[in-house]
Amino acid sequence: MNFDPNAPLLQVNDMHVEFRTRDGVARAVTGVNLILRPGETLAVLGESGCGKSVTAQAIMGILDTPPAHVTKGEVLYRGVDLLKLPEDERRQVRANRIAMIFQDALSALNPVYSVGYQIGELFRTHRGLSRQEAKRRAVDLLDQVRIPDAKNRVDDYPHQFSGGMRQRVMIAMALALDPDVLIADEPTTALDVTVQAQIMGLLAEVQRERNMGLVLITHDMGVVADVADTIAVMYAGKVVEYAPVYDIYAHPAHPYTKALLESIPRLDFKGRGLNVIRGLPPALTDVPRGCPFHPRCAYARDVCRQDPPPPAYQIAPRRIASCHFIREVLGV
Amino acid sequence: MSDLNAVSAVEAPGPAPTGPRHGGSPAKPRSLAGDAWLDLRSSKIFWVAVVLVAVILLMAVWPSLFTSADPRDCVLANKNAGAASGAPFGFDFQGCNVYAKTIYGARDSLIVGLFATLLAGVIGLLFGLTAGYYGGWLDAVLSRFIDVVLGVPFLLAAIVLANRFSTDPDATNIVPVILTLGLLGWTTSARVMRSAVISAKGQDYVAAARMLGASPSRQMFRHILPNSIGPFLVVLTILLGINIASESTLSYLGVGLKGDAISWGIAIAEAGPYIRTTAAPLIWPSVFLAVTVLAFIMLGDAIRDAFDPKLR
Amino acid sequence: MFRYIVRRLLQMVLTFFGATFLVYALMFANQDDPYQALVGERPLSESQRIALNAQYHLDDPFLVQYWHYVRGLLTGDLGTSLTQRRPISEMLAEAWPITIKLALLAVLIAAVIAVSAGVLSGIRRGGVFDNVTLVITLIVLAMPVVVLAPVAQVVFGVQLGWFPVTVTRDAGLWDLLLPALVLGTLVIATELRVTRSSVAENMRADYVRTARAKGLTNKRVIGAHVLRNSLIPVITLIGVDIGALMSGAIITEGVFNIPGVGFNLFRGIRAEDGPLVVGFVSVLVIVFLVINLIVDLLYAALDPRIRYE
Ligand SMILES: Nc1ncnc2c1ncn2[C@@H]1O[C@H](COP(=O)(O)OP(=O)(O)O)[C@@H](O)[C@H]1O
Ligand code: SF4
Ligand SMILES: [Mg+2]
Repeated sequence: MNFDPNAPLLQVNDMHVEFRTRDGVARAVTGVNLILRPGETLAVLGESGCGKSVTAQAIMGILDTPPAHVTKGEVLYRGVDLLKLPEDERRQVRANRIAMIFQDALSALNPVYSVGYQIGELFRTHRGLSRQEAKRRAVDLLDQVRIPDAKNRVDDYPHQFSGGMRQRVMIAMALALDPDVLIADEPTTALDVTVQAQIMGLLAEVQRERNMGLVLITHDMGVVADVADTIAVMYAGKVVEYAPVYDIYAHPAHPYTKALLESIPRLDFKGRGLNVIRGLPPALTDVPRGCPFHPRCAYARDVCRQDPPPPAYQIAPRRIASCHFIREVLGV
Repeated sequence: MSDLNAVSAVEAPGPAPTGPRHGGSPAKPRSLAGDAWLDLRSSKIFWVAVVLVAVILLMAVWPSLFTSADPRDCVLANKNAGAASGAPFGFDFQGCNVYAKTIYGARDSLIVGLFATLLAGVIGLLFGLTAGYYGGWLDAVLSRFIDVVLGVPFLLAAIVLANRFSTDPDATNIVPVILTLGLLGWTTSARVMRSAVISAKGQDYVAAARMLGASPSRQMFRHILPNSIGPFLVVLTILLGINIASESTLSYLGVGLKGDAISWGIAIAEAGPYIRTTAAPLIWPSVFLAVTVLAFIMLGDAIRDAFDPKLR
Repeated sequence: MFRYIVRRLLQMVLTFFGATFLVYALMFANQDDPYQALVGERPLSESQRIALNAQYHLDDPFLVQYWHYVRGLLTGDLGTSLTQRRPISEMLAEAWPITIKLALLAVLIAAVIAVSAGVLSGIRRGGVFDNVTLVITLIVLAMPVVVLAPVAQVVFGVQLGWFPVTVTRDAGLWDLLLPALVLGTLVIATELRVTRSSVAENMRADYVRTARAKGLTNKRVIGAHVLRNSLIPVITLIGVDIGALMSGAIITEGVFNIPGVGFNLFRGIRAEDGPLVVGFVSVLVIVFLVINLIVDLLYAALDPRIRYE
C-alpha cells in the first residue's frame, strides 16, 4: 500500500451510509466530511442516533453489509482511499493503522476468552508471535494502561474486571499494534463520573505519548471541552458545524451547537434552569424537508421549511457551518 | 424419540413484549397480536399447516367421507393383495383394506392427542401460574419437581405408567394412554407459563391491579393470564403433534392403544414382520402419521415465528 | 468452580432419589396385586411369589420397598428376568457395548451435520440455504421414530439393499450406520436449530464487531469467536439429546434386531417382563442423570462466567 506520509492522517469526504431494511431505507449518514492530523483530537458530537457510530464503523469498514451500504464518499488514510482497497488489504489497516474502542467494554470483549488471549490474539495473527510472547506483550500493555497486578490479571476473564478496568483493557487492545489513529466511540458513557475522568486522562496521555490522531465520539459536550482540538457537530447524518474547540465555545455558528452548549449544566449559572433542546431528532426514514433541524430550531423561518441549508459555509479558515442564518446565530 | 425433543426445539418463546416494535414507525402503533396475524396471513407454512389440520380433522370426524370400506372387514383371501378398487393401498397380511385402516386411524390418534394435550395443558397452566405468581420457596419446590420429572426420559416413564393404567387387556386403552401422556407431558408448558407469568407480573398494569387490592386469583385470571397465554398455546399446539407421535410409539411397543382401536402405531408394528413381502401396509400409516405430526408442529412453529419479533 | 460442582452434585443426588422414586412409584405404588403387575398376564405360582418377594419386598411398607430397590440398584442387584431367567445385570452388561457404539456413532453423525449446517444457516439467516434447512428440520422434527426406523429399514435395507436389514452382536460400523443415522436424525433437527439461532445471535454481538475491528480474518472471527460462544448452548443440549436417544434406541434396536439395551427393553415390554423393564429403565435413568451431570460440568468448563460465579 502506498501511503503518502505528507497526506492528512485521516480524511473523510462526503460519506453516505444507508441501511436497507424491511421497514425502508434509513439514510444514517448523508455527506460527512472530517479531517484529522497527527496528534489532533477531533471530537464528534451529537445526540444519540445522529450517525456518529455509523460514521466510525464505516471508517473502520466493520458495518454489516447488508443491511448497511456505503453508497458514496471516500475514506482517505494517508491519501489512500480505504473504501477502494480489497478486503484483505483493508483488514491490514484495522488495528495496525486505525484502531477502535467501544462504549460498552463488557459486551465488546468476548466473554469466553481471557483478556490476555484477546490482546495477544493481535500479536499472533498480525505479527506471528508465539502464544507465550504474545502473552508477555499483553502483560506489558496492561501495565501501560495501569491495570494493577497485570501479570496475574492477564489470565482473568472480562467479567472479572470492573467497568473502568475493562475499558482500560479495551484501550490496551487498541494500542497493541501501535496504530496512528484511534477512534473512541463513547468510551466513557457507560462509566461512573470519577472513572470517566480517569479514562479520559488515560486516553489523552497515550495520545500525547504516541502522537496519535484521536477521534473522540460523544454525546456529552461537557466531556470534550478539555481534551478536544476540533469539534464536529453532527445532526441527522450530517456535520452541521466544524470548528476549533475555542471558537465553538466562544461563538457557536449553528443553532444546534448553540442549543447543545446551553444544555450543559454549568456551575456559574447555578439557579438558572437547564436549557434542554425540546423535541427529538427525526427518524432517519422520515427526515423533514428543508433543514432537518427546523422543527426544533429557535431561528427557523419559512425558508428553513422549504430549502435545505447550504451544505458547508466557510466562516473562517478551518471553520464551517451549515445553516441559512449563520450570521444571526453568530450575532454579527 | 424426536418427540420430547421437539418440545425443547420450541426454544420456549418469550412473553409478548409490549410497546412499539423496533423499526416500526411510532406514529401508527399496531398491537402485537395484530402484527402477528398480519405476519401469519402471509406465511405459507401457516396455510399449509391449516389445510392439513383441516383435512385430518375431517378424516377423524367423518371417515366415511373418504372411504366406503369398513376397516374391520378383513378377508383373509385378500392377504397381501395389491391395489384394488376401493383399496388403493392394497391389503395387509390379514386381508384388511390398508387405505380404510389408515383413514380410520386418524380418529383415535386425534382423540388421544387432544385430550392428553388438554390434560397436560391444565396441569401445566396451574403449575406455571402458581410457581410464577407466588415465587419464593413454592416456586423452588415446584421447579425442583419439574427437574425430577424431566430426570426420567419421557418414553421410559410412559412405558412404565402406561403399563400401570391399562388394567383391562381387551379394552381399547384410550383413557390409560391419555392419562399417561397427559400426566407426563406438562413440564414444558409449565415452564413456559411460569416464565411468562414472571415477566407479566413485573408489568405496570399488574402492579396497579395489585395496588387496587385485586385478589391473587383475580390478578392471575384477569390480568396475567391473558397476557401470558400466547407462548403457552404455541407450546400446546406443538405438544398436540408430539402426543400423537407418542401415542403411536406406545401403541407400536404394545403398551398404547390395543384391542379394537385402530392406530397408525399398531399398523406399523403389525406390518413390520412382512416388509419383505409388501411394504404398503407399513409405508402408508407411516406417511399419515408423519404428516399429521408435521401439521401440528408446523402450525405451532408458524405462530411462534409470528409472535417472536426477535426472529425477523 | 468448586462451589458449582458441589451444588450440581447435591442437585444430582436429589434428582436421583426423586427420579428413581418416581419410577418405582409409577410401577408399584397403590397396586392391588403388585406381584401380578410384575408378571403381566402370566399365571403366578406361589414359589414365584416368594422369589419376587425376596427381590422386591413387596409385602413391606412402601418406603422400605423403595429402600430395598435403591440398594439393589446401587449394588448392581437388579433381580432376574422372567422371560430369560437370567440375572438382569448380566443381560445389561452383555447389551451395553453395542448400544454405546451405536449411540456414539449417532451422536457423532448428528453433531457434525447439525453444527456445520447450523453455522452456515446462522451466518446467512434468511438466505436460500437457511430456508431450505429450516423446512428440512421441520420435517425431520416431525418424524416419529416409529416411522423413521421401519421406513428406513424398508427403503434402504430391503428395497435399495444398501445396508443390512438386521444387525448382529459383533456388527461392524458399516452395519450400524443405518440405525445410527436413524437415531442421529432424532436429535439432529434440534441441534441444528439451536446452533443456527445461537450463531445468528452471536453474529450480532458486540464482541464480533470488536473482533472485526481487530483486523481478524472472517474465518477467525467466526471460527474462534462466534463458534466458541455458539457451541455452549449446543453442548448443554446433549444432555437432553441422550434422553431422546435412549427412547429412540428402544424402537430402533427393536426394528433392526440390534441386541443392545434398547432391544432387550423392547422385548421385555412386549413380553410383559416386569422385573426386566423396571431394572433396565432404572439403570437408563441413572445413566441419563450421570450424563447430564457431565454435560453440566462441561458447560462450566466452556463458560468462564459459570466457572467463576
Ligand atoms: N443495524 C441497523 N439497522 C438499521 N438502522 C440502523 C442500524 N444501525 C444504525 N442505524 C440507524 O443509524 C442511525 C445512526 O445510528 P448511530 O450511528 O448508532 O447513532 P449514534 O450517533 O448514537 O452513534 C440510527 O438512528 C439508526 O436509525
Ligand atoms: S437552517 Fe434554519 S432551521 Fe436549520 S438550523 Fe439554520 S436556522 Fe435553524
Ligand atoms: Mg453510538
